[in-house]
Amino acid sequence: MNSKVPLKLTVNGETFDIEVEPRWLLSDVLRHQLGLVGTHVGCEQGACGACTVLIDGKPERSCLTFAIQVEGQQITTVEGLTRGEHLTPLQESFSAHHALQCGYCTPGMLLTATALLEQEPHPTEQRVREAISGNVCRCTGYQFIVDAILAVAGDTKEDVR
Amino acid sequence: MKPAAFEYQRVTTVAEAVKLLRDAPDAKVIAGGQSLVPLMNFRLTRPSLLVDVNGIKALQHVVWDGTYLRIGSLVRHQQIADHAEIQKHFPVLAVAARHIGHWAIRNRGTIGGSLAHADPASEWPAATVALQAEIDVEGPQGIRTVPASEFFQGYYSTVLQPDELVVAVRIPYPKFRLGFAEIARRLGDFALAGAFVEDDGGQGFVTWFGIADKPVRVHTVLPDNMEARREAWQQALGTLAIADDSKSRRHLAVQMAERAWQHSRLEGGKYLSEEAAGGDPL
Ligand SMILES: Cc1cc2nc3c(=O)[nH]c(=O)nc-3n(C[C@H](O)[C@H](O)[C@H](O)COP(=O)(O)OP(=O)(O)OC[C@H]3O[C@@H](n4cnc5c(N)ncnc54)[C@H](O)[C@@H]3O)c2cc1C
Ligand code: FES
Ligand code: FES
Repeated sequence: MNSKVPLKLTVNGETFDIEVEPRWLLSDVLRHQLGLVGTHVGCEQGACGACTVLIDGKPERSCLTFAIQVEGQQITTVEGLTRGEHLTPLQESFSAHHALQCGYCTPGMLLTATALLEQEPHPTEQRVREAISGNVCRCTGYQFIVDAILAVAGDTKEDVR
Repeated sequence: MKPAAFEYQRVTTVAEAVKLLRDAPDAKVIAGGQSLVPLMNFRLTRPSLLVDVNGIKALQHVVWDGTYLRIGSLVRHQQIADHAEIQKHFPVLAVAARHIGHWAIRNRGTIGGSLAHADPASEWPAATVALQAEIDVEGPQGIRTVPASEFFQGYYSTVLQPDELVVAVRIPYPKFRLGFAEIARRLGDFALAGAFVEDDGGQGFVTWFGIADKPVRVHTVLPDNMEARREAWQQALGTLAIADDSKSRRHLAVQMAERAWQHSRLEGGKYLSEEAAGGDPL
């Protein structure tokens, strides 16, 4: 029953041919098989949000999905937000607003906020707080994270004008 | 800890799923996995076989025919929150859906999984009882229809047999307006208490969740006077076997019933607004 099965996993636009045990969580396969350690693991019960990745563009918990289940779907991890060394405007904004301290929650926050802004470019503060309510941060007290996200939403608003 | 080893099978039809479940006694269905995988991660459950039903297209539809709303068991919580026809004709479901867990949980968790899991603090079991829905269940003998009021048996327990699948929920168009309210410690947490209230004019029904071991639709008078109404909520509460009975739990139950009733009276856009039915501190 521990035997491995072949799996084609598409992460950040690249397809990997790997072998997995059915019981391996997507979070563990990303970290241990693909070396994408930007996806953090906190609670393994869906509560903390550190492991949040995008599956076909939507935020989901990689600790509550088996890797074998997502064959053929597009996975985006924090490493896939940018190509190369530069940061996205949201990442720049996190830096400028001191929206991270230890950084443990940051990948999950970034992916959730990226998906939110994709879907809703000008969210209200309440919408932002609701969207990140599933991402626990033990350091910042959230205000700077909310500020960072709203600042990007504001920027895009100016671009439109 | 990590999940114990299991075999994994993907299916595309209900018949295939039922056959696998019948042949392997400790097999389990995986839908959204948002309740099952946490249990597996802590090895509180260790199925020998997971039957992944996510590829069954027939379970993914929402159909409104003017009399009944039919929601396939694989429809995700977030799809219900965002569905234009549900927002229009069954707005109480859209409002309730927004209170289930967090965005990432709602994107994957399904209504069928929630009904099968039967957590007494969950929104969907109470919603189906409050709206007098019927639950379609398919097993080796074919499809049977179970009224929601008979489906839930207690804590995490339903009439579902191990080789049966929830395939759909059928909800009749409500004749009267319903309201919803819940309170949780944080946005997205399981409810400390919540309620659906139906106002038929002077009387109606209240269905609580997070209060007893299963949702029950309780008849009550609904006087215009608030003090008299609070008394009525207390009376209705008195008919239930309240879990971990305490003054604070009763207080929350009464508050949520009252708030749900007030929600039922909001008009138009206000009814669906972000603030409506919210669980801000009392
Ligand atoms: C952090 C967090 C917060 C949450 N907060 C809430 C909340 O506030 N309110 C709430 O209601 N829920 C909450 N949930 C649970 C979530 O709603 C789940 O989606 C739901 O309880 C189960 O649905 P699922 O599709 O994920 O089912 P799964 O986890 O896949 O399955 C759950 C159980 O049901 C069985 N099952 C699944 N589908 C079927 C089917 N079609 N037929 C027969 N059996 C089936 C499975 O075998 C399993 O035993 C939360 C979850 C997490 C992780
Ligand atoms: S590790 Fe997945 S939600 Fe905490
Ligand atoms: S920055 Fe430390 S947990 Fe958020």
